[in-house]
Amino acid sequence: MHIPDGFIDVPTSAVFAGLAAAGVATALKGARTQLDEKTAPLAGLTAVFIFAVQMLNFPVAAGTSGHLLGGALAAVLVGPWAATLALTVVLLMQGFLFADGGLTAIGLNVFNMGVIGVWAGYGTFLLLRKFLPKNKSSIALAAAIGGLLSVPAAAVGFTIQYAIGATATFSTSTVLSAMVGTHVLIGIGEALITGLTVSAVLASRSDLVYGWKNNTQKLEIRNAS
Amino acid sequence: MLASRKFYIAGFIASLFLAGIVSFYASSSPDGLEKVAGDIGFIETAKDHTNADGTLADYGVKGIENERASVGVAGVIGVIGTAVVAGVAFKLIARKPKKDGN
Repeated sequence: MHIPDGFIDVPTSAVFAGLAAAGVATALKGARTQLDEKTAPLAGLTAVFIFAVQMLNFPVAAGTSGHLLGGALAAVLVGPWAATLALTVVLLMQGFLFADGGLTAIGLNVFNMGVIGVWAGYGTFLLLRKFLPKNKSSIALAAAIGGLLSVPAAAVGFTIQYAIGATATFSTSTVLSAMVGTHVLIGIGEALITGLTVSAVLASRSDLVYGWKNNTQKLEIRNAS
Repeated sequence: MLASRKFYIAGFIASLFLAGIVSFYASSSPDGLEKVAGDIGFIETAKDHTNADGTLADYGVKGIENERASVGVAGVIGVIGTAVVAGVAFKLIARKPKKDGN
């Protein structure tokens, strides 16, 4: 999912770098109000864990692999704003130190994985949480399905960038169906890792989990009114 | 409930283990985007990374011949580097301005 230099032309990459920067700036503002001294270390650990797990490509089909993107996972653990920031740190480390993801493509990659992936995953999570029973297994399940959808959503993000500024001339619809088809499969791995990780953190430190705390807080307000 | 200290140490050690040891067993097949780009044909438009010859390019340490050690050390460096950068960044973000101006 890390776009190299060259796939997307420079003007389009620059526009998406601007959009990504706006997303990161908004996330910085949001994270300031969401994070406190108690939850900040979990945001750091989330970035570290995502970096580590992104190294673990798993096979999905003949000759194809995928790895965790982590947007939904991070959003459920530390909230969507801190999630965008955690993903941005990971992508910057990968792009600058490990030559993974082109330097002119950093904006494209932050936009797809750090903004689209986070919000597609978190939006799905919120929607499902509304309808599922209020317990920890539901939170893990909703996070997993959020993870599942976040991967093809990020793949659609790439396809939009391809449609606007590809240096190649293959049809967008061909790219769209291939990208979504492949990334739905990768999404299954994303769902498993996201669900298991959220379960593990809920089992050991549920008081730190944003998507769980937030849930119980809402319930309290409703009961009080 | 785990004490904070234990929880964070466990999470950090798990990350070190995944990036330092398990990473060697990761699939080396092209990822989803690379595969699609190869199948359709636009992989040709990819350019070499600016830092393609960098010390840690492609998650290997230049100069370490043993593949297991090379990817493992690169992973450990990445985990520690990410911990430092993200740790400092989130600490600064979470810092609340004090009312008395200090």
